[in-house]
Amino acid sequence: MKSSVITFPGSNCDRDMDIALTKFGFKNKMVWHNDQELPKSDLIVLPGGFSYGDYLRCGSMASKSKIMHSVINFAKTGGLIMGICNGFQILVEAGLVPGVLLRNKYLQFICKNVHVKVNNKENTFFKNLDKKVLEFHIAHNEGNYFCTNDQLKKIEDNNQIAIYYCDQNGNTNDQINPNGSIKNIAGIFNKEKNVLGMMPHPERMIDQSLSGEDGSIFFKNLLNNIK
Amino acid sequence: MRVSAIITLKKDVLDPQGKVIHETLDGMGFNSVSEVRQGKYFEIDVKENDPKKAKNLVEDMCKKLLANLVIENYKIIETQ
Repeated sequence: MKSSVITFPGSNCDRDMDIALTKFGFKNKMVWHNDQELPKSDLIVLPGGFSYGDYLRCGSMASKSKIMHSVINFAKTGGLIMGICNGFQILVEAGLVPGVLLRNKYLQFICKNVHVKVNNKENTFFKNLDKKVLEFHIAHNEGNYFCTNDQLKKIEDNNQIAIYYCDQNGNTNDQINPNGSIKNIAGIFNKEKNVLGMMPHPERMIDQSLSGEDGSIFFKNLLNNIK
Repeated sequence: MRVSAIITLKKDVLDPQGKVIHETLDGMGFNSVSEVRQGKYFEIDVKENDPKKAKNLVEDMCKKLLANLVIENYKIIETQ
């Protein structure tokens, strides 16, 4: 299975993502933001980082990069795209997933492990995942998911919420909401469920001795689903 | 021509920075403040001599890049 990770100026999780994808069997290529064409890929990843120094709004400049025309076309033809952290911010700015990511509610950069509950398994990203609650890492300043009430209704009606922040038992409530996101939303799909944006970093949870292996579970499952 | 535009958060969007500024002002003794909302201000020089065309150009920039219309409003405040 072939994957491509796009590097924008200021991306800093692109190589971590490359290592994670390669570790679980993807043939991964790195793609520069100024390229026009994507290599043939089964999965495109927009990685975390601080593209363009987070100027104007996080992800806003990167969403207008040359490569994004190809990424948007890839999404339209049903191609699988995953945006992590700043990649999620780029996806919302490109209009590939609904809503926006605002500054964290308590104005602090958050860097810690969190638990997330998978809400929708009827998609290539989470299908057959045998664990309902996963431990991932978050590191962001603008992860406070927001959308209008009308959008929220559409998102819920169409089952587009991918993952929620929760405690280790899978309970979602305000106390464990790290950043003020509406409904504890940590990740969201587009309408067709082939584009996933999420704040947590699965690529940081792939080594037993360093972090725990819930990222490994996610990537192994993803690879099996794409095969 | 120089076109000025301001971008403000829509009414229902939480503005934590504005809230902190409000609380700080309150702590400094400015007790008559009821709300603070923070926004952005742009001055854009465009190579265009027709004020209407210059304004339209910056309006297009606001829609496509400078503002995110899900959470923000834009307003052209001055063309000179």
